[in-house]
Amino acid sequence: MGRKILLKHINEPGIQGYETYRRIGGYASVEKAVKTMTPDAIVEEVKKSGLRGRGGAGFPTGMKWSFLAKPEGVNRYLVCNADESEPGTFKDRYLMEKIPHLLIEGMITSSFALGAHTSYIYIRGEYFYIVNILEKAIEEAYANGWLGKNILGTGYDLDLYVHVGAGAYICGEETALLESLEGKRGNPRIKPPFPAIKGLWGCPTVVNNVETIASVVSIVNDGGDAYAALGIGRSTGTKLISASGHINKPGVYEIEMGITVEDFIYSDEYCGGILNGKKLKAVVAGGSSVPILPAELILKTANGEKRLMSYEGLSDGGFATGTMLGSGGFIVMDETTNIVQNLYTFARFYHHESCGQCSPCREGTAWMEKIMHKILHGHGTLADVDLLWEIQSKIEGNTICPLGDAAAWPVASAIRHFRSEFEEYVKNPESIKEVNHLYNTQLA
Amino acid sequence: MAKVTIDGIEIEVPEGTTILQAARLIGPEVAPPAMCYHSKVKTSGGYCRTCLVEVSKGSEKDPRPMPKLVPSCRTTVMDGMEVSNFTSKKVVDARKSIVEFLLINHPLDCPICDQAGECHLQDLSYENGSAKTRTDFERRTFNKIDIGNNIQLHMTRCILCYRCVKVAEQITDGRVHGVINRGDHAEISTYVAQAIDNDFSGNVIDVCPVGALTDKTFRFKSRVWFTKPMQAHRDCDKCSGKVNLWYKGEEVLRGTGRKDQWGEIEEFICNTCRFDKKKTSDWVVEKPASISHQSVISANHYEVFTKPTEFKINIVKTLPIEEKTN
Repeated sequence: MGRKILLKHINEPGIQGYETYRRIGGYASVEKAVKTMTPDAIVEEVKKSGLRGRGGAGFPTGMKWSFLAKPEGVNRYLVCNADESEPGTFKDRYLMEKIPHLLIEGMITSSFALGAHTSYIYIRGEYFYIVNILEKAIEEAYANGWLGKNILGTGYDLDLYVHVGAGAYICGEETALLESLEGKRGNPRIKPPFPAIKGLWGCPTVVNNVETIASVVSIVNDGGDAYAALGIGRSTGTKLISASGHINKPGVYEIEMGITVEDFIYSDEYCGGILNGKKLKAVVAGGSSVPILPAELILKTANGEKRLMSYEGLSDGGFATGTMLGSGGFIVMDETTNIVQNLYTFARFYHHESCGQCSPCREGTAWMEKIMHKILHGHGTLADVDLLWEIQSKIEGNTICPLGDAAAWPVASAIRHFRSEFEEYVKNPESIKEVNHLYNTQLA
Repeated sequence: MAKVTIDGIEIEVPEGTTILQAARLIGPEVAPPAMCYHSKVKTSGGYCRTCLVEVSKGSEKDPRPMPKLVPSCRTTVMDGMEVSNFTSKKVVDARKSIVEFLLINHPLDCPICDQAGECHLQDLSYENGSAKTRTDFERRTFNKIDIGNNIQLHMTRCILCYRCVKVAEQITDGRVHGVINRGDHAEISTYVAQAIDNDFSGNVIDVCPVGALTDKTFRFKSRVWFTKPMQAHRDCDKCSGKVNLWYKGEEVLRGTGRKDQWGEIEEFICNTCRFDKKKTSDWVVEKPASISHQSVISANHYEVFTKPTEFKINIVKTLPIEEKTN
């Protein structure tokens, strides 16, 4: 068994409630932080831990925290990004649902480290039942003196609010999230200025993922070095992976960074192999936005080494032969999967979720979906496949926020690795339909 | 002061100037096109992506190039920065595809559009686009709606530059229109069929780079190139009263704000000056308005344009500018 940090006590009965959580050592990090540590010392520990943002980009958290501007007399904010909308990712939901106090504890400790006196958890609208869970947990924390005025008699004040979004994918982008939190239309802002300088209501703000904030708890409890001892290279600690698709045991797994992909898919501890003993065809390793990889490239890198589950491991080879760890949405596809159909689903999603602010994304995502629809229904030509490639290359990097890139990468990788399938679809759409069980039932 | 080199031409500008403003100070030969940026409107720019440029050297202190193309209207210059605009193939290619993106849902109804002849999208696609289209899908369409007595919204033509929304936000009270919906079905709309009704609402027509917002008092009266713009002014208690009057023969067909070399409004005018005062006797006419000789508006009759005063090759300019970055 790999070492667990976040999900260590997940099977404890009653862990959702305050009493049990406190009994197994909950809120120790708050006590330690506010009583014995300075905010700068906590930031230093987080830096030492090598913790990287778990929302997808993998930016070092300690560095992000140290960028926070600290002008005199200006409020600072910590915002937790619980707008988990990446298709294939459901780790934050699991964490918040099962062990809500871990997030609350992380929020208090992190807010103290950043000098924030008001913090927000921005949660997506579809997670409404979790809002109730979180609000109950916050109530319990207030009742027991972990939140509010003068926490533990140290003079530190903190208020924590849960804000419910309306379920837009774009509001997971940090600046769109801030706009939405301010009560405006969730459009990403143009950067710079970055939120660390001008964020919520023009004040310095840090936006962190749920898992990142939850990880701070053990970093403060056991020290940054202990956390950094886990994992491999610059990918330290553990990561929650949401495994889904054609596997025997879908679910949320906490892995130590650096296990092999092969282990993760085939060992009984994790996914338990491919459903019905079929062969592996492809994997989307980090949520729908990251490039899809065929079986031979996901199990082994281009150099023939075993691919590891870590930031560097999965991105080995760049986009030509690699992918990204992203948010950890691990979607496994077996040999019956139709890549063209799968890509259409992704293209439709990004078209639906584009905010419409900048032209390449607004028009490009819609155009790609239309072309995919055309190919899927047997009206495509080989020129359409080239056009798709051209469009994605012109969206990537030319947009305000990463949604444009996220829409372009799946298209690029599907064409890069499965071009023959597109060509087959164009030449003989009837024959390939039979391969896909979804096509016949849903679209025909 | 910061020294910046754009397409090989060096210029010294105050700190905080954007790349686009610096390029405009050098002149039209290096200035990137801009559809959504408007220097008089705060926080405008960054959406259309036509002004993307390549920064091949970040600054003297940090000479690393920027990894992506940057929107020149929202990126400030650094001392020692080197920028490629028309000299970068990457930029030219990207711009070409941006034009294509903007046009795939544009109706291309220029022959019946009042904006034709003074349309920024026409200029942009003529200069930077391709003559062919690669899409045969149905374009998105909307019904025309009247927003106020004198303004018609033709959403089908809109390129979602957000200029009208920001103008309404910044120069008028109680904005009632904005962007609703998302992605390619996003549209400019009023809140539950409200009319835009205030003294300065007509300015949304002037800032619209395409024919999405048009003046109903001028609708289908004439092609713009058959009218003659004259600068005129009157005493107005609401605005500066400085306008361009567009004559056909003796008749004033419409009044608009005065536009500068970059197609930007110099001073916002009130609705009385724009829509109501349509007689020569209401105005003190000054002189013919200056029109670029490249514009179709100047093609049929007189041309008033400033002749070049110097031959510019790699000259170093130092100019003060009034407008700083917003």
